Amino acid sequence: MSSETDVNPASPRHAADQTPVLQAKGLVKKYGRVVAIDGSDLELYPGEILAVIGDNGAGKSSLIKALSGALVPDSGEIFLDGQRVQFRTPMDARSAGIETVYQTLAVAPGLDIADNLFLGREQRRPGPLGSVFRMLDRAHMRSEAKRHMSELGVATLQNIGQAVESLSGGQRQAVAVARSAAFGSKVVILDEPTAALGVKEGNRVLQLIRDVRDRGLPVILISHNMPHVFEIADRIHIQRLGRRATVITPRSHSMSEAVAIMTGAAEPPPHTA
Amino acid sequence: MATATADFDVQKNDSLGLRLQHLLHANPILGPLAVLLVAIIAFSIVNGRFFTATNLSLVLQQVTVIATLALGQTLIILTAGIDLSAGAIAVFSSILMATFCVDVGVPGVIALLLGFACGTAMGAINGFLVTRIKLPPFIVTLGTLTIFFSLNAVVSNSETVRGSDMPSIMTWTGQSIPIGNFRLTYGSIIMLLLFGFFFYALSRTAWGKHVYATGDDAEAARLAGIRTNRVLFSVYTVAGLLYAIGGWILIGRLASASPNVGVEYNLDSITAVVLGGTSLFGGRGAVIGTLIGALIVGVFRNGLQLGGVEVVWQGFAIGLLVLIAVSLDQWIRKVKT
Repeated sequence: MSSETDVNPASPRHAADQTPVLQAKGLVKKYGRVVAIDGSDLELYPGEILAVIGDNGAGKSSLIKALSGALVPDSGEIFLDGQRVQFRTPMDARSAGIETVYQTLAVAPGLDIADNLFLGREQRRPGPLGSVFRMLDRAHMRSEAKRHMSELGVATLQNIGQAVESLSGGQRQAVAVARSAAFGSKVVILDEPTAALGVKEGNRVLQLIRDVRDRGLPVILISHNMPHVFEIADRIHIQRLGRRATVITPRSHSMSEAVAIMTGAAEPPPHTA
Repeated sequence: MATATADFDVQKNDSLGLRLQHLLHANPILGPLAVLLVAIIAFSIVNGRFFTATNLSLVLQQVTVIATLALGQTLIILTAGIDLSAGAIAVFSSILMATFCVDVGVPGVIALLLGFACGTAMGAINGFLVTRIKLPPFIVTLGTLTIFFSLNAVVSNSETVRGSDMPSIMTWTGQSIPIGNFRLTYGSIIMLLLFGFFFYALSRTAWGKHVYATGDDAEAARLAGIRTNRVLFSVYTVAGLLYAIGGWILIGRLASASPNVGVEYNLDSITAVVLGGTSLFGGRGAVIGTLIGALIVGVFRNGLQLGGVEVVWQGFAIGLLVLIAVSLDQWIRKVKT
C-alpha cells in the first residue's frame, strides 16, 4: 500500500506500520438516492496532519461528519486506536477524544472567550457552592482559558472576558482551535479553518494547527486551499466520487497533479503515503 | 470587564454616536436605566404627588405581576423564542388554584401547589411542541394562548371567585409590610427574590450559559455539545412555573381570581422584556433589564395617569417606547462589523 521511497525520512511523523489513531473502513451514507459516501476509507496516524481534499460533492463533509459523530453512517466501521467505535451524536465522539471545529464556527458570539472555551463542559466550584448552588468556577475557567490560549501562542487576545463577537475572524478561529486542542485527547478535526480568513490570519491559523500537531495531537484538515494544504499537510487524502481516490504527500506530487486527481482529469496513482 | 470590551475598537476620533453605540453594546442596561431615571425625574417635576412613598409603592404593586410574567418571558426570549401565552397561563393557573380550594375544597397550600404544577405543565406543553414537534414558538404559543383562555372560561364558568372565599394563603401575596408610608407587598418580595434567583442562574451557572448560547446560535451550541432541546424545554417549563407564581400574586393583587383579567398581560410581558434591552433575536439581555423595563411601563402608566393623560394615550406612549427600544436594539447590534 505504501512504497517506502516516497515517505520522507526527515519526517518521522508517519510510519505505515503504526496503528492508525483513527481509521474508517468502507463508510457508506446515502440520502435517498443520493450517495454521499460510497465505501470510503481513511487512516490517520499518530502525530500527523492529514489533509482531506476533494471536489464539491466528493463526500468530504459526510466523511468528516461520520468521524465526528454528526452523522451516522449506513454501514462501515470506525476504529479509534484500533478499537471499534460507534458514534451516535457529536457528544459521543467528543467524549471519545475527537474534537471537531466546524466550518460554521461553533462559537457563541455573545459569550466571552472563557465561556466559549468551556461551553458544554463548564466547571463548577468545589464544595456545596458547586454541587448545591451549581455555581460556576469562573476564576478557574478564566485562568485555564488564558493558559490554553497562550500555550498555543495566541497572544493577541488581551482579555479573556471579551465577547467573541468583538474578535476578528482569525481570533475567533483561534478560540475554536484552542478549544479543540484543549479538550481533544485523541484527534482534532478542522473543517475549512482558513476559508474565511485573510492571508495574515490564515497563516497564523496554520501555525496554530502545526502547534496542535507538535503537541502530539494528530489533525485532520479539510480544506479547499491547495497552497495551505501543501504547506502544512504530512499526507493528503484525495476524496473523489464518495471514495478515497488515493493518498499522496506534498513531496510526491505537485499541486496541479493533486487537482487533476481530484477532478478526475488524471488517473489516481496508487497510494504513495 | 465590560469597559475593556468597549475600549477594544473605539478610536479617539470616533463620533459621539459611535461611542454611544459601543457603550450601549457593552452595557445594554444603561439605555433602559436612563429612560427609567429620566421618566421618574420628569414625572416628579410635573406632579408633586408622583414621588411619594405611597405612590411609589402603588407603582411597584402595579408592576409586580407583569414583572413576574416578564421574568419567564425573558428566559424564553433569550433563547430567541417568544411566549404569547404567558398571561393566559398566569390567569388560568389563578383560576385553577381558586377552583381547587373553593370548589373542590382542598387545603390552600395543596391548591396552591396544584396551581403551580398546572402552570408548569402548561409551560411544558409549549416546550414539548417547540422542541419535539419543531413548531415555531410564535405559532405554538398563539395556539396555546387561545386554548388556555378557552379552558379558563370553561373551568371558571366565566365567574369571578372572591378572595374572601379562599384560604388566606391565596391572598397572602397582597398583604404588605409597611416601611414608613411605603407598603411592600409579599408579592413584590417574591417577585424580587425570583429576579435575584434568575439573575444568579443565568449569569453564574452552566444552565444560564447554555440558555444564552442556544439563543445566540442554536446550531453552534448543539455542535459545542449542548443539548439545546433540553435547554429549550427547561426554559418553557420554568417559565410556566413563573407564570403560575404570577397568577398567585395576581390573586393577592386583585383580592379575587377572575377569568376576565390579564388579556393585556401577554403583550405587556413582552413589552417589559423589550424595554429592558433584551433582544428579540435571542442571546442578549438580562433579567435586571426586564425588571427595569417593567418599572418603565409602570412608571409611565402611573405618571401619565397622575398627569391627567387619558388611558388611550398611555397605550400610545408605551407603544412608542417599544418601537424606540427595538430600533435601538437593531442599531446596537450593528456594532459588530
